[in-house]
Parts: sequence; C-alpha cells; structure tokens
Amino acid sequence: MTDLHLTADRATDAEAAAIDAAIVECGLEPVIIDETDRLVRGGLHRANNARHGLLPALHALHNVSGWISHGGINYIAQTLGVPPAESFGVASFYEMFRMEDPGHTDDVVHVCVDGACQIAGADGVIVSLEASGTTVHRSPCLGQCERAPAQFVQGNQGRPDFVAADREPTVIPQQGDPTLRLLKRMGVTDPESLDDYVAYGGYSALAKAFSMGAEAVLDEVDSAGLKGRGGAAFPTAFKWRGVRGADGDKKWIVVNADESEPGTFKDRHLMELDPFSIVEAATIAGFATGAQKGFIYVRGEYPLATKRLQNAIDVARERGFLGDGIAGSSIGFELEIRRGAGAYICGEETALFESLEGFRGEPRQKPPFPTTHGLFKQPTAINNPETLVNVLGILNDGSEAYKQLGTPDSTGTRLFCLSGHVANPGLYEGPHGMTLGEAIEMAGGPTGELRAVLLGGAAGSFVGIDQMDLPLSFEGTRAAGASLGSGVVKLFNTETDFQAVVTRIAEFFRNESCGQCVPCRVGVVRQHELIIRTAGRSMNGERSLLDDMDAAMKDASICGLGHTASTAVRSAIDLGLIGA
Amino acid sequence: MTIAETTTENPDETPIETSVTLTINGSPVTVDQGQTVLDACTSAGIDTPTLCYAENLTPVNACRVCVVEQEGSRTLVPSCSRKAEDGMEIQTDSPRVRHSRKMVLEFLGSGVDMSQAYQVHRWMDEYGADPGRYGPEAARIREDVKVQDDLYIRDYDKCILCYKCVEACGDDAQMTFAISASGRGFDARISTEFDVTLPDSACVYCGNCVGVCPTGAIQFKTEFDMRQADNWKPEEQTVTQTVCSYCGVGCNLELHVQDEKIVKVTSPADHSVTHGHLCIKGRFGWTYVQPTIERR
Ligand SMILES: Cc1cc2nc3c(=O)[nH]c(=O)nc-3n(C[C@H](O)[C@H](O)[C@H](O)COP(=O)(O)O)c2cc1C
Ligand code: SF4
Ligand code: SF4
Ligand code: SF4
Ligand code: FES
Ligand code: FES
Repeated sequence: MTDLHLTADRATDAEAAAIDAAIVECGLEPVIIDETDRLVRGGLHRANNARHGLLPALHALHNVSGWISHGGINYIAQTLGVPPAESFGVASFYEMFRMEDPGHTDDVVHVCVDGACQIAGADGVIVSLEASGTTVHRSPCLGQCERAPAQFVQGNQGRPDFVAADREPTVIPQQGDPTLRLLKRMGVTDPESLDDYVAYGGYSALAKAFSMGAEAVLDEVDSAGLKGRGGAAFPTAFKWRGVRGADGDKKWIVVNADESEPGTFKDRHLMELDPFSIVEAATIAGFATGAQKGFIYVRGEYPLATKRLQNAIDVARERGFLGDGIAGSSIGFELEIRRGAGAYICGEETALFESLEGFRGEPRQKPPFPTTHGLFKQPTAINNPETLVNVLGILNDGSEAYKQLGTPDSTGTRLFCLSGHVANPGLYEGPHGMTLGEAIEMAGGPTGELRAVLLGGAAGSFVGIDQMDLPLSFEGTRAAGASLGSGVVKLFNTETDFQAVVTRIAEFFRNESCGQCVPCRVGVVRQHELIIRTAGRSMNGERSLLDDMDAAMKDASICGLGHTASTAVRSAIDLGLIGA
Repeated sequence: MTIAETTTENPDETPIETSVTLTINGSPVTVDQGQTVLDACTSAGIDTPTLCYAENLTPVNACRVCVVEQEGSRTLVPSCSRKAEDGMEIQTDSPRVRHSRKMVLEFLGSGVDMSQAYQVHRWMDEYGADPGRYGPEAARIREDVKVQDDLYIRDYDKCILCYKCVEACGDDAQMTFAISASGRGFDARISTEFDVTLPDSACVYCGNCVGVCPTGAIQFKTEFDMRQADNWKPEEQTVTQTVCSYCGVGCNLELHVQDEKIVKVTSPADHSVTHGHLCIKGRFGWTYVQPTIERR
C-alpha cells in the first residue's frame, strides 16, 4: 500500500458529478481519499474493492469532457482508490477514450473501415464527413455490416451516443418464417414489452428449469449437444457443470456481448430485438450453475442494444423475474450491464474479465480456466448471447427435438451474418450443416460474380467459389480447414480490390493486438508490413517468412487473437486473391 | 533433482503429495509440488532462456521465449508459469520449441534496441535469430531518452515490455504504482500517468525498476553517463557485499565498484530480506562514502 500521489489537476464539478453517478450505479460508494491516505490496488483482493467501477467511471468522464482529463483521473483515484498511472494505463487501452484534449467539444463520428464497409465506399464517406468539418474516427467493424457503410456517433458534453441508422427499424429478412427458432420473435414482438415476450413463449423455459431442477437442466443441455457460438465451439454443458462443481460460494455468469469479430452482427440483433430472451437465458444459466449474479458485457459501440437490455433488466426486476425469489421461487439472480470501450481483444473471455475488473484487457494464460478462475478469480460461466438463447429452445421443446435440427456433431440452428456483395444482406437462421451455397441463396445470392467468401470473420478464412457445397457445421468447416467462427459469411465479387481488403485485415490485427506477448505484438506488425511490401507482386521468398511468423504466433502466443491472426491472410494468398 | 517424498502427517491419513515427477526430454525429473516446469528444467541442468521471468516477481508469461512443448497441448506452454504436474511430458529442444524461441528473439531484435541486453546475444546466436529478415523498413520503437533526474534514466527504445519494472514498482515489491503499461499493441509503452516526469509522479526512487530491467531500458544515471563517455567497463568492476547502514532491517547491498568508485548498487534477488529490492537510501544514498564524486 502506498500514499496516494496526485498531480495538481483537479476535476471540474461536472466531471466529479458524472463519475460519482457512474460509481453509484455500479452499487459502489464513492469515497474521497486524501493524499495522505493509503491506496488499495486490486491484486489479490480484486473482488472486495471498488476497482470494477473503473471502466464505468472512465465512460462517464469521457462523456462529459470528451477526453480522459488529468483532473478526472485524479478524481477517479480519490473515489475508487486506483493509482493514476494504472487508470491511465487502463484508459489508454481503449479505442473509445481520447487521452488528449481534442480542443473542441464535438461528437466523434466513428466510421467503419472494415471489409463490408470498405467495399461499400467507407473511404468516400470519411472524405465527405471530414470535408464538412466533422471529427471522424476510423473504426474497426461496427457490427452493422448489413447496413454498410456503417457509422456510430460518440457523444460529448453529456450528449448520448447514438447510431443514426437505429432510427429505421431493423429488417429481419426471414421474418414470419415458421421454422425460425432463434429469430422467431424478432420484428414480431415489441422488444420493450415483457408482456409481449411472455405472450410469445417467454419465461416458459425458466419455469421449466425450476421444475426440472438444476441437474436435469444440465443433462438436457448436455444431451442436446449445445456448443458455444462465440467462436470456440466449446460444449456448454461441460462448462456449466465445471462451474457448478467448482469450489466457492461466489460464482458468476458473464454474457459475452462484446461482439467485435469483423462481419458479426448477430448478438446486436438479439439484444436489440429480443433482449428478454438473453435475460431469461442468463437467469437459467445462473440457476444451473449456482451463480447468483451475472454481468452482460456489451460492446461500447452498441447504444441501442444497451438501452434495450437495460430496459429488459429493469422490467424483469420490477416484475419479479430478477432479484430475490424469482417467479415465486427461493432462487435469486441479479444482472448488471457493463459497457466495453472499443477493444476487440476484450471479447476474449479472460481479457473480458480483466476489463470488467478494471484492469487492462490483457488475456490470461490458461489454465487455470474460467470455470474455476474466472471473474474476480472465482468460478465463472461465460457464454455468447446466441449460445444462451439456444438453451431456451432446448428446455421448451426438449433436447430430442433440438437434435433433430443440424448434424449429429453440430446440433441445432445457427445464425449467419451475411454481408458484402450479397443481394439481401442481413441476419439469417438456418440449420447447422446447410451448405454455403444454400446460405448465400437465402440472402438472394451474390451481387456480381462471386470470387471469394470470408467465412467466420477476420479470425476465419477465405474460401473459394468451389466451396459452395461446404456444409456449415463445426466438423464440415473444420475438415475444409476453415471455421464457422461467429457465423460470418461475407461475400466478395470479382470487382473487389483484394489487396486493399487483405491489407485491412492485417491492419485490423495490428491495431487490435493487446501487445502483451511478443509473438503477436510484433508478429502482427511484421505481417502487415509484409502484405504492404509485396502488394501487386508475387510473394516469392516472403511466403516462407509469413509461414515462419504464423507458426510462432500459433504456437507461442497467449490467446486466440495471435493464434488466428494469419489465418485469413494466408488463405487469401492460397486462393490467389493476392500475391499471385 | 530431489527425491520424491510423501508425508502422512495430516489427520485424515490421506498422503499429501509433496513432489511431482514429470518427463523432460525423455528423462524423469522430480520437483516439489508447486514448482514450475522452468524450475524442473533448471534442476535437470537444462538452460532455458527467459526474459520476463524473475525469481523475485510473479510470472506474467508475456515474452514467450521460455516456451516448451507439452505432450497433449495444442500450443506450446510457458515454462516459467506452468506448474509442474505428475506425468507431464515436456520437450525443451524440439523443432517447434526452437522455432518459436528463435522467432521471439528475432521479433524483439527487429523492433527494439537490444544492444545492452547482453544475456540475449548468446541466445540469439544459439537459436539462429536473424532480425534483419524483416527489412530496413520494419517498424522500430523510437523514443527519446528520458533524463529527468540524477538517479536513473529511461530509454524505452530498449524496452521489451517484460512488465518487470511495473511489477517491481507495484504489488510485487514497492506498492507504489508509479508506472504502468499504457496504450495497446506495438504502441504500448511503460509510462507514468499522462507521461508526467518521474519527479511529478508517485515515484519514490527506490530504484527497484532499475534493478529488474533486463535490457538497460531503465538505467542508473551513473551507468548511463559512463556509457556516454565510453567509460562503462563491467569487466573491470568488482562487487562488494555489505549490509545497508541506514536502518535496522538489514538489507544486503552489492556495491559495484569501478576505478575505486561505486557506480551502482544492487541487492541479491535470493536474499531473504530484500528479495533483490531496496529503498532510495540503500540504492542511491551511497555518495557519502565517496564525497569527492562529482554531483550536479
Ligand atoms: C480475440 C478474440 C475475440 C473474441 N470475441 C468474442 C466475442 O466478441 N463474443 C464472444 O461471444 N466470444 C468471443 N470470443 C470467444 C470467447 O473467448 C469465448 O470463447 C466465448 O465467449 C465463450 O462463449 P460460448 O462458449 O458461448 O461460445 C473471442 C475470442 C478471441 C480469442
Ligand atoms: S496473442 Fe496478441 S492479443 Fe493475445 S495476449 Fe498475446 S499480444 Fe495479446
Ligand atoms: S524507482 Fe521505485 S517507485 Fe520509482 S518507478 Fe521505479 S520502482 Fe517505482
Ligand atoms: S523498462 Fe525494462 S523492466 Fe520495464 S518493461 Fe521495459 S524492458 Fe521490462
Ligand atoms: S460494420 Fe463495417 S464491416 Fe461490419
Ligand atoms: S520468461 Fe516465460 S514467458 Fe517470459
């Protein structure tokens, strides 16, 4: 412990008030500690201190001042006891936080420059916005690829963040299709109405779970063969059993709604159009694992999803579906939302825990795994929203019915995010095992002459037009050396400037590496340089250099970002999209 | 190698395993429970390169130069933090291990000034690292040397982001938290809040960050000045052990002497009192010994 040391800068009244309000909202009490007082860092006592209020406090500060001011950091140090150097280190990790006074009070317009938006003219949008004097921030995929080119406005001087396109209702192309499972309520029910949700089958799964008992819920999810939809395809029941069986009376549910894999927008749809389903499913996860509290970590660039989820949580609590004694039972469960602040890596589960705890979003070495050492180093079940929503159908209809859909190794249906050169971009649901060609046909087929499909996201790989019969299942894609990732199906026709697209993918990884481990921190930079250096010519000897880098990133990096950073780039070369 | 032992002192009479046996490069090695794969390698006489590991700091497993191959693991594992377990099968010199170690050293050499990371030069030779492969245009860390006081300097061109200084300043020793990693990716740097100067920061000048830095990125001002004057001659230096005379704690000091002048002070990492860490008095308060030394 040490004495608090501050520079002379002091927070404005507005900054102090905003930070206080954010901290209270986290259930913490702001304390003003004097310079002579002792500081407590997280360290071994992470769960017991106020450190997890740091990210909300930084958001509040940024929203009133438009940057992370020196006085604001000092005030946060005094209210949360976090050393200023550490708060600075945390804030500077995130894309959404400006660390220098911009000298104006304008909102910042984030414009996506990733694949789907790149080919839809994002560069032109940036040029015209900047010409009109707008402050523009070039952003990685904003999770709105179906309405490319995408923008997100970050408010300043207390003005709220918003997405202009959210004013138009989101179109669900398959709306009304009776075979829909995960999307059935979308566009049909009022996402802000619990009555609507209940009228369309909502909260029947929770009632069923309570009557079956936790062990039976685990058995049902197990027998359904549910695997994670966040990218790693991990069996959900195995994870939940691990948490249930883990030592410790404090356990956590974390909903990983940080959705930042380029090309992915499914979780945004779920949160915006069917938020109660996530609240219900998270409650079931809590019941099944023995966790009494959960956090939903929502991507910072998703203001509407955050608002709808917050409403769902508030209404559910009001009506007795959250809190103590849920739906007349003796079971208690609470949910709280935390906003990310622009960092792809915070979608990696252990980076997400660090971020939530108020540390830099740097992934942890595994083992130990989250089931025993998760949030606050306590047993934690972390799941993707789509994974969770599948549990509702499994309980409502039974695992047998669930297994009828999909393939034996990839049960159930799957959400596919179609974007790029496709007739009707948007979110689609289809059974696992449907072919790539069928998925593309669902969306009206390609526009122009198809050349390649980016499958699974930036961490996935490009596949060629000879792969239209590729079954979209875990095992089918794996056998082809590809992966389903987060359900991304991004189309590129023959008009595409692939050099630009692949260079951007390499730049994405360069920008998003947390920087913790050497193979990834330097490897992603060298890869980006190599792609630029070899533009418009054959790779020759550089190919083996890329392979050398890839091998080390795959083998020696800490987390999945480094492991997959070369996959898409290498597949583009293999397909002759670049470097030929 | 130690002998396997079990004890049955606990009342339930279930024996508590106090040692584990693993296989390293085909030979069995037994170590105490709780020791790491690196400890096991060391006890088996295997030299393992490490950069971010130090015996007096919590492992951060960030540099990845110590990776080994573990049977059944998809990726290589960091030996410095992985606990040894019964039945583990470890390879420390397989082509995969050699390749990743080489790449880590090569990557670092291509972006960071490693000229004073003497230990690393040997490993670079051993693993055949060739940092020149990435071309003259390869991005490098370029930072001005920070000379903000008379005690130590910071030259982040030489920083490999091993986090040792952050840990020594923070909860592994000093509990001052004056510095932290900031930024992200290749642009990440060790920094005070808003990069304020050290005298403006929470720094208490214990010098523990200097003591743990493996590359000379943080350096005693004495050493820095002598290097600038081309007068730094470690081979001519003698090291004298003594006990700090300022208080009753009993910290061990190592006085590094060149040309009959103290040029820096360290403490042994394995010393039971200091674990290598000192305070400002022991670290820098030696000028009274040689009042003739020039001070600004
Ligand atoms: C770099 C990286 C980013 C990730 N981003 C996400 C994400 O945005 N959403 C998500 O659910 N999982 C993401 N994951 C996967 C998570 O680590 C984790 O596997 C997942 O949340 C587990 O949930 P599931 O079992 O329901 O899929 C990411 C993984 C990596 C390596
Ligand atoms: S692999 Fe990349 S993102 Fe993951 S921990 Fe290492 S540096 Fe960070
Ligand atoms: S001298 Fe001590 S207090 Fe100052 S930065 Fe280094 S470790 Fe921290
Ligand atoms: S300054 Fe030295 S100790 Fe600190 S991270 Fe850099 S290399 Fe490591
Ligand atoms: S929003 Fe632009 S690519 Fe996803
Ligand atoms: S020494 Fe083990 S990862 Fe750095």
